[in-house]
Amino acid sequence: MSDKNILLMAHLMRRAGFGASKDDLIEISKRSYEAQVDLILDSEPKYEVSKHLMHRYQPDYGSPMGNSSNGASWLYKMIWSDSPFKEKISLFWHGIFATGYAKLANGIVLHDQIKMFSKLGLGNYRNLLIELSKDPAMIIWLDNCESRKGAINENYGRELLELFSMGTGNYTEKDIKEAARAFTGWTIANKEYMTEKSQRDSVWPYGRLAMHFEYKEEDHDNDEKIFLGEKGNFNGEDIIDIICKQKATSRFIARHMYSFFVEDEPPVPEWPYKEPNNPEAIDALSEVYFNSGYNIKEMLRFLFKSDFFKTEKVWNKRVKSPIELVAGTLRLTKEFYRPEKFQSATNSQTSFMGQHAMNPPSVEGWHWGTEWLDSGTVVERVNFSSSKLGNINNSGIRKIIDNVRAKTNEIYSPEILIDLLLEELGEIIVSQNTKETLIDFAESRLKDKELLTDENLSELLKLVGAMPEYQRA
Amino acid sequence: MLDTNQKSLVVIQLSGGNDAMNTIVPYTNGIYHDSRSAIHLTESEVIDINGSLGFHPEMGEIKKLWDSNNVAVINGIGYPVPNRSHFRSMDIWHTAESESIAPDGWLGRTIREIDPSHNNVVTAVNFGRGLPRALVCKDVPVASVGDLETYGLMPDIKGKDQRENALNYFSRMYGPNQGRDAILDALSENGVSAMIGADILSGANSKYSSSVEYADNPISNNLKDIAKVIFADIGTKIYYAQHGSFDTHAGELFNHAKLWKELSDAVGDFYRDLKEHGRENDVTVLLFSEFGRRIEDNGSGTDHGSGGVAFVLGGSVEGGFYGEQPSLEISEQVEGDMKYNNDFRSTYATLLDQWLGIDSVPILGKNFEQFSFIKKG
Repeated sequence: MSDKNILLMAHLMRRAGFGASKDDLIEISKRSYEAQVDLILDSEPKYEVSKHLMHRYQPDYGSPMGNSSNGASWLYKMIWSDSPFKEKISLFWHGIFATGYAKLANGIVLHDQIKMFSKLGLGNYRNLLIELSKDPAMIIWLDNCESRKGAINENYGRELLELFSMGTGNYTEKDIKEAARAFTGWTIANKEYMTEKSQRDSVWPYGRLAMHFEYKEEDHDNDEKIFLGEKGNFNGEDIIDIICKQKATSRFIARHMYSFFVEDEPPVPEWPYKEPNNPEAIDALSEVYFNSGYNIKEMLRFLFKSDFFKTEKVWNKRVKSPIELVAGTLRLTKEFYRPEKFQSATNSQTSFMGQHAMNPPSVEGWHWGTEWLDSGTVVERVNFSSSKLGNINNSGIRKIIDNVRAKTNEIYSPEILIDLLLEELGEIIVSQNTKETLIDFAESRLKDKELLTDENLSELLKLVGAMPEYQRA
Repeated sequence: MLDTNQKSLVVIQLSGGNDAMNTIVPYTNGIYHDSRSAIHLTESEVIDINGSLGFHPEMGEIKKLWDSNNVAVINGIGYPVPNRSHFRSMDIWHTAESESIAPDGWLGRTIREIDPSHNNVVTAVNFGRGLPRALVCKDVPVASVGDLETYGLMPDIKGKDQRENALNYFSRMYGPNQGRDAILDALSENGVSAMIGADILSGANSKYSSSVEYADNPISNNLKDIAKVIFADIGTKIYYAQHGSFDTHAGELFNHAKLWKELSDAVGDFYRDLKEHGRENDVTVLLFSEFGRRIEDNGSGTDHGSGGVAFVLGGSVEGGFYGEQPSLEISEQVEGDMKYNNDFRSTYATLLDQWLGIDSVPILGKNFEQFSFIKKG
């Protein structure tokens, strides 16, 4: 069993990234834990995954038609970025501000939205909400372009409060209407034409175009509003200012963070009826929210350095989302050095498992935790990880096998083999039952060192990829 | 009356927007020929039905079923305020909700009604990878089968003995366990039911025998697999498969013909197979697409439109035309498209109430007028 520090680093890398192999963990562990947290939060990528590279392999990357290539290119960044945390943050916000292709029929605005999350997702929450309210994809997704003075569409006002900031039970129906009034006039330029273009949905040239935000003074309702007890001629920014001041907002964001980075909380609709797993942690995060001036990065710095995050009690207490499972596995196997065509096929694996990036099932986004698992998705998940780990031709797996062989030069037993393999794959901790099962398999197939053939190791790795622990993070 | 338990529904999704006008062709209508200067079908090509409408030339097998009164053609099917985005329109058909974005699918809700306590992990089987939204519903297990012959856990492991061996280890890892938590419970429960499902389905594969020789293409393979599962009598009520892409913006004459040839032949073989096994009255098939296409062609194909055609076929189907053939007169068009005259949920309601014997109102949210394309008693 590896030392405690490496195990803790492995936990950190699973949560603040998509996992790390033993080789990576040895490098990382040269720093202190605190220094590693700061590095993850503060460093910019040394080299961005270049968009020229993406365009070479996926010509419709970032294009209006490019729904699947946008998903694929995002996955590619998760696999190859030297700062996967950036992508993890975008994924975090995409889960909350889930916006989907089904209604937009336009890839580029979604692509731009995800880029916006990665740029602003660690900053000030107020700024993020303002940009979100101006985001063309969001404006169409929640119909704010249909809302004007005297004829409001409440959709955005409602979801801003319910899904993006405070959660149900903390405001009235009147507040929703007042918020919606304040956001009248926040629309996209040339809306009728854009909607028509999207609907025609044609492969012919100019079938779809990028969109941008426009504030239409003449559609804005500038009269007095009363929102959450405050009175004024509010515009959208004022509403967000008031929202950000609310205790409920701080707790809502804190709970989302806890669920995404620490351990699975029940799905959001159950929050009003169920206490958080760890109320003290939510209190503490909510305090950091106010003390730091709504700063997301400082909340996360606090979170990663807290005992409630570091404790072994929460290790592996999350079900990997399909995107985390696929991205994490491919980071390990080091497949797809270049974003080839086949890589987009791998992207569709996540939708087989129930998570189609940029196409959530509803405005609520995905339900996470054990809700990822059903008999259909478990087959897809197990088969994916089993076949990827079992493919010894991939350089990442090759390296792991080489390491295992080198480390068993002196002394070998099936137990040692299993321990080593689980360490090399990123310090995976397994139950006694799983371990005994794997050792039994090794006893039957890899009893002696001479039996460490590629074929036998591949069979063992297929079983390791199929074990229940591999589905957790 | 048939034993309700044997009845099943096969849904085939024609993805991409099937051109209704070149499927059930108004070949005597001048407006049809004028609007379709590039891609019309002529009187000598179509398979005549009634002197004014004809099947697409490649639909010979479906025409045979029509002649034996087993095909309901639902013309002018759609929903209010047509949406011409593939994704949104398909979503509307999947969720049976045309105004807001619904979280689950109409068949998912149906499966939950049929088997609320999930006694059968194969109540619904989807042929293809990844669940179409139509089948999604919280806590409803659905097996998604790419290929029945290789379906199951760890298909990568070659060799029957080796795979069985690996599955033994798999079931040990997912079996009764110490120190369980909610996540391991969920993994175990679903891992085990996946194994059971795979086991049941592989039995269906090995028991099958038939003199019908299906063509070798995805939709024929899917319908053959569906026949295998039907004959195995494992309690599956809903089957789902997809065929396409019908998104014929270009090269429509060639592509559309190929797609219908494959589908029509596959359906013909499927019915021969059902008949050979005495099951033709137990199975009803729905063919639908997310929308029809524009009345006017674009020089080599057609763009997205509205007002489509759906088909319901089977031994228990009362054949004929349902819905009305939409008028092609300019004044009757909707932005250059055929206007729908019957809500697709009327077809769903008919299938639910009259075929599966399930109250359609809770599933569809309200009462929709029904057709009479299911034979009585």
